[in-house]
Amino acid sequence: MSAIVEIQGIEKKYPGVVANHNVNLAIKKGEIHAIIGENGAGKSTLMKILYGMVMPDSGTILVDGKKVIFKSPQDSIALGIGMVHQHFMLADNASVLENVILGSEPTSFGGVIQVDAARAKLIEITKNYGLDINPDQLVAELGVGERQRVEIAKVLYRGAQILILDEPTAVLVPQEVDELFRNLKDLTSHGLTIIFISHKLDEVLSIADDISVMRAGTTVASVIPSKTNKKELAELMVGRELPKRREVSTKPGLEKILEIKDATYVTPDHREILHGVSLEVHSGEILGVAGVEGNGQSELIEMIMGLVKASSGNVSIMGHDISDSSSREIRDSGVGYIPQDRQRDGLLMSAPLWENRILGHQATAPMANGFWLNKAAAKKDSERIVVDLDVRTPSINVMAAALSGGNQQKFIVGREMADKPSLLIAAQPTRGVDVGAQALIWNQLIEARLAGMAILLISADLDELFNLSDRLAVISGGKIVAVLDPDKTTPEQLGLAMTGEKIA
Amino acid sequence: MKSRIFWGIVAPVAAIVTSLLLISGILLLKHTSPVDILKAMIDYGFSPRNIVAELNIASGYYIAGVAAAIGFKMMLFNIGIDGQYRLAVFFAAVVGGLFTLPPVLHVTLIILVGAIVGGLWGSIAGYLKVKRGISEVISNIMLNAIAAGLVAYLLQPTRLGEQAEGSNNLNTPIIAPSGQLPTIPFLGGQIHGFIIFTVFIGLAYWVLLNKSTFGFNLRATGLSFKAARAGGVNAPKMIFVTMALSGAIAGLTGMGTLLSETHSYSISFPSGYALTGLALALLGRNHPVGIAFAAYFWAFLDRSAGVLDLNGVPKEIITIMQGTIVLSIVVAYEIVKRINKQQEQKLVGSASATLKVSATTEGEASA
Amino acid sequence: MSALLNNVMKNKVVRKFASPWRLALLVALVLIVISVVRRITGANDLTSAGLSSATLRFTIPLLMAGLGGLWAERAGVINIGLEGMMIAGTWIGAWFAFLHGPWIGFLAAAIGGALVGLFHGILVVKIGIDQAVSGLAINLLALGAARYLSGVLFIPNGGDISVSPMVQQPGYLTVPGISSWLLSINGKNIIILSDAAGVLAGFVTEISWATIFLLITVPLSTWILWRTRFGLRLRFCGENPIAAESLGVKVYRTRYMALAISGMFASLGGAYLSLVASQVYREGQTAGRGFIGLATVIFGNWRPSGVLAGSVLFGLTDALRVRQPTSIHAALLVIVILGALFVIWSITRGRMKTASITAAAALFIGFIYIKVPIIPNEFVTFFPNLATILVLVLLAQKLKPPAMLAVPYREREEGH
Repeated sequence: MSAIVEIQGIEKKYPGVVANHNVNLAIKKGEIHAIIGENGAGKSTLMKILYGMVMPDSGTILVDGKKVIFKSPQDSIALGIGMVHQHFMLADNASVLENVILGSEPTSFGGVIQVDAARAKLIEITKNYGLDINPDQLVAELGVGERQRVEIAKVLYRGAQILILDEPTAVLVPQEVDELFRNLKDLTSHGLTIIFISHKLDEVLSIADDISVMRAGTTVASVIPSKTNKKELAELMVGRELPKRREVSTKPGLEKILEIKDATYVTPDHREILHGVSLEVHSGEILGVAGVEGNGQSELIEMIMGLVKASSGNVSIMGHDISDSSSREIRDSGVGYIPQDRQRDGLLMSAPLWENRILGHQATAPMANGFWLNKAAAKKDSERIVVDLDVRTPSINVMAAALSGGNQQKFIVGREMADKPSLLIAAQPTRGVDVGAQALIWNQLIEARLAGMAILLISADLDELFNLSDRLAVISGGKIVAVLDPDKTTPEQLGLAMTGEKIA
Repeated sequence: MKSRIFWGIVAPVAAIVTSLLLISGILLLKHTSPVDILKAMIDYGFSPRNIVAELNIASGYYIAGVAAAIGFKMMLFNIGIDGQYRLAVFFAAVVGGLFTLPPVLHVTLIILVGAIVGGLWGSIAGYLKVKRGISEVISNIMLNAIAAGLVAYLLQPTRLGEQAEGSNNLNTPIIAPSGQLPTIPFLGGQIHGFIIFTVFIGLAYWVLLNKSTFGFNLRATGLSFKAARAGGVNAPKMIFVTMALSGAIAGLTGMGTLLSETHSYSISFPSGYALTGLALALLGRNHPVGIAFAAYFWAFLDRSAGVLDLNGVPKEIITIMQGTIVLSIVVAYEIVKRINKQQEQKLVGSASATLKVSATTEGEASA
Repeated sequence: MSALLNNVMKNKVVRKFASPWRLALLVALVLIVISVVRRITGANDLTSAGLSSATLRFTIPLLMAGLGGLWAERAGVINIGLEGMMIAGTWIGAWFAFLHGPWIGFLAAAIGGALVGLFHGILVVKIGIDQAVSGLAINLLALGAARYLSGVLFIPNGGDISVSPMVQQPGYLTVPGISSWLLSINGKNIIILSDAAGVLAGFVTEISWATIFLLITVPLSTWILWRTRFGLRLRFCGENPIAAESLGVKVYRTRYMALAISGMFASLGGAYLSLVASQVYREGQTAGRGFIGLATVIFGNWRPSGVLAGSVLFGLTDALRVRQPTSIHAALLVIVILGALFVIWSITRGRMKTASITAAAALFIGFIYIKVPIIPNEFVTFFPNLATILVLVLLAQKLKPPAMLAVPYREREEGH
C-alpha cells in the first residue's frame, strides 16, 4: 500500500526552542497510525502543522503523492484531513445536529437550513460507521464519550478521509475507550485513515497498525506492534540514557516536613482525580513527581496549597494537619509556592514588579506591618531579587507583563524563597524558560535543599527531575504508582511507571 | 513608565477634545459660534455663585465616582449606585428625623445609617455574584428599580413621609438642628459642610487601596482572580466585600444635600448618580485626584449649561457632550491599551534568548 | 407566581405543553380559575375585552425590547443600551410620522434603531470597549439627542421641548362579525364562556395593524434563529465563537448584524409607544422599559416564546395597575389557586422539592392576599424586576443563557 500522507524533513522553530526537527513520517491508507512520545516530544506541533494551524519553517507534506501547503485548517479540510481536538469545540446549548453541520449547512433558497437532508446525512454517517449518537439531543446532555463521537461525526460530515485524533483516550473511562476503538476499526474498514496521538503504550499496541515514536522534537523510530513490546517502546520514548543526577554532598534530613496520607480528591461533578495518594517530603530533600500531565498533578498541588479540599485523607505540614486550613494559613505557616502557570496563578501581570513581590506574602512581615503594607520593604526586597537572581528588567517599577518568561519566573522563584520557607512547592519551575534561567533556577533549588528546605518538585521535564530529585514519585491516573531512586532507575522502569504500570 | 503616565493623561484630554469638536460641529450647523458659546459658559460657570453650586454638586458626584472606582478596581461594574444612594439617603433622613440627639452623635448616626443601608443593598448584588454567579450589572439594574419603588412606597404620607400643606411635594420629616451639618461660607455662598467628609472619603479611598493589606487583596483580586487565590487571598470574599463597600460609599452620595441643605429627603433628590459616578471613575482613571477634577468638570458642565438656553442653544447639548466624553474616553483607553501592547510585544520580541512559548500552551515546545 | 415561573422556565415542561392539546388544556384550566375568581371577588375587569387589549398595548413595547435583547444576547453581546434605542425609536417614529405618516414613522424608527445598534456593535465588537459602558453611554446620548432635537425640531412645529406635535396612528382592525359576536357573549355573563369571549374580544376589536405586524416578529425570530443558516451561526457566536470561527463563521460580521437587528427591534418598540400607545412623543415615555426588556430575556430563558410570555405577564400587571388596582388583588388569588393545582400536579409526578417550594410561595401570596387588601402601586411597578431576581436566584440551574454571553471575543488576527 502506498502512503496517503508523507511528511519529509519538517522543521519548526520557536524563538529559543526547536519544536520539530527533521520529522519524517509515512502513513498508509486505511491504517491506524499511532504517534507516541513524551510531553514535549513535538507531537502536537506536528499535528498542528498537518492540520494547517501552524506553518512549518521547512520540509514537505505530500498527500496522495502530491506536494501540498496548508495555510489554514480550511486548506487541509478541503483535502480531506480532519482533526478531533482533545478539548472539544462544541456548543452545549445546541443540538448534536447543529454542532455537526455548523459551517457546512445544506441550505435552500434564502439560507433556510435543510434540516431533514442534514439529519439524513448525519444518520447515514452514524449508521455507516457505527457512531452511537442522536442528532436531536442537546450536547449539554451528553457524556464525554458521546461528545467525542460528535466531534468525529463533525469531521466525517465534512468528508474527511484522514482523521487526526489528539490524545483521544485522555478524557475517557475504559468502557468508552473500548467503544472508541471499535469506532476507529469501523472507520478504517471503510478505507479511512486514522492518525492517533497517544502516550499510552497498552492502547497503542492494541489498536495501531503502525507506530511512530517521537522524542525531543524528532521521529526516532517506526515500528509495527507485532514486532515490538512495551519495554522497547518505553525505552524509545524516554531515550537510552537517563540524565545523570547532579552530585550533592549531603543526605536528606529525617524531619518530615510534608506528609500526605491516603488523600483522595473527587471533583464536584464526581470525577475521582486523586486516589489514596500518600507522600512524604523531608527536610533537605527534593522529591520529584514525574508523570504524564493531567494525571492529577495539578489537583495534588492545589490540595497541598488549600485551593481545593481533599475529599478524604489528610495533609500535614510539620506535624500540623492543614487539611482544613485556608490557603492563607498554609502559606503563613511557611510554605512557598511556584505555580505551574506563572502568568495565570503567579503574577499580577499588569501590576509593577515590586507589587508582585507582595503577592502571597501580603499578610505577614516584612511585607505587611499589621494592617498596613510595607512598600519600602517590598521595593527593597524586589531590588534584592533582581540582583540575586539576575532578573533582566529596566527597573522594579515595570509591569510584570513586560518581562520575558524566564525573567518572570526568576522573580517568582526569588519571591517564593525570600522568606526561607520550610516547604517549597515547585511546579514546572523551568517550563518555557531559556537555558540561562533554567540553570539559575536549578542552582537556587539545590542551594535551598542544602540549606534544609523540603522541596516538592512537579515537572514534566525528565532532565529536571533527574538532575535535582533525591527521590522520584511517579503519578499515573491519580495514584502514586512508584517511588524510585533516580540513581538506580532504568528508562524502561520509568517509562512503564509513567504509562500506568505498577512496578513490583 | 513615562509613556504610561503620558498616555494616561492624553486619553482623557483627547476624549474631551473629541466631544468639544462634535459639539462645535452641531453648533456650527445651527450657525452659532462655538467660541462665543464656550466663552459664555466659562463666564457663567465661573461666576462666584456658580462656583459654590458646582462645588456642592461636585461633592456628591465625587462620592459616586469613588464608589464606582472602588468597584472598577475589582472589575465590578456598580451600576447599582442609583438604588444604593436612594435607599441610603432616604433611610438616613428617616432615622435622622426620628429624634434629637447630641449634635455630633446625631450627624454621625445619620451618616452611619446611610453607609450601612447602602452597603447592605450593595451586598445583595455581591452575594448574588459570588454565590449564584449572577452578573452584578443585571442584578443591580433590577435592584435599582426595586429601590426606587420601595422609596416611593415608603415616602407616602401614611407611611414614613409627609406632605407639606399646599404642596404636592412629598418629603421625610425635617431633621432637627442637632442632626444638621453647618455650611461653610465661601465666595459669598454656602458650601456644604459635608465637603470635608468628601475630601476625607477620597483620602481614605486612596490610603485603604494603596497602603493597606486589605487594599492589596482587593486590587490583586481585581487584577487576577486566580493569581490572588493562589497568593492566599480569599478572592470570592473580597468580591462580596468590595460590592458592599462600594454600596456603602454610594450610600453617602446624597449626604451633603441632606445634612446641609434640605434636611429631609424628597422626591426631588436627583437621580442618575450611577452613570455619573461610573463616567467620573473612567474619566479620572480611578485615581482620587483624577476623579476630583472630573467631578468638578462634570458639575461645571451641568451648571454652565444654564446659560445655553439664553443663547438660543438647547442646554441638552451638554448631555450629548457628556455621553460623547464617556464613549471617547473608553475608546481612547482601548486604543492606548493596544498601542502599549504592541510596543511591549516589540520589546519582548527583540530581546534575545527569550521564549515566545508561554507557560499556558500545553508545554509541547518546552523540551 | 412561582407556578407560572416554573411553567415558563422549565424547558421540559414547556416542550411537553407545546403540544396543542396540552396547551389548550392549560389555557382552559387558567380560564376556569380566573372565571371562578372573578365570580368570587367581583373583579370583573379580569376578563374584559378592555383588559386584554390594554394588555396587548403594554406588552408590545416590552416584547420588542425583549426581542432586541434576545437577538443581541444570542450572539453573545449584552445590550444595556436597549433603553436608549427605545428612546431613539419614540423620537424618530414620532418625527417621521409627523412628517410622512405612521408607517414611514415605523420604517424610519427601524432604520434609525438598526444604526444605533450597529454603533453599539462597532464599539464593543470591533473596538472592544466594555459592553456595559457602551450601552449606558448610548442611553445617555439618546436621551440628550432626543431632548436636543425636540428643542430644535418640535418647538417650531407646535410641540414642546419634551412633547412632539400630535401624530396620526396606524389603522385599526376590528374583525367584522366575530368581534361583535364575542362582545355579546361577554355581555351575557355566562361563567367561563363569557370570560373566554371577553379575553378573545380584546384581540379582535380595534387592534392596531402595528400590533399585528410586531407580534409576527416572535415566530419570525424563532424561525430565523432556529431554522436558517444565519440564525444557527448567530447562536454559535454566542455559544462558542472559537468553534464557530474555526468552522469559517465570520464572528464579527454576524455580531454586527445581530446588534443591528437588536437596535431595530428596540426602536420599533419605542415607535409603538409614541405612535400607537399614545399618538405623541413624550420625554420619559420609555420609563425603563428597555431594562425590563432585559429582564424578559432572562425570564423567557433566551427564547422568543419565553420573551413573549414574560412580556405578557409584565404587560398584564401594567394594564391591571392602570385600569383597576383591585383586580391585582384578585389576580393574587388566581396565582394562589394555580399554584395549588401545580403543587398537586408536582406531587403526582413525585417532584416533592418543586411542590414544597411552590406550596410555600403560594402560601406566602395567599397570606398577602388576605392581609393586604390593596397592593401598592409601587410594588406592582417593580414586580418585573423582583420577579427576575427571584428567577435568577431560584431557577439559576434551569436557565440556559448563551455560554459566552458578554465575554469579549477577538477574532484571530491575520498571519497567526
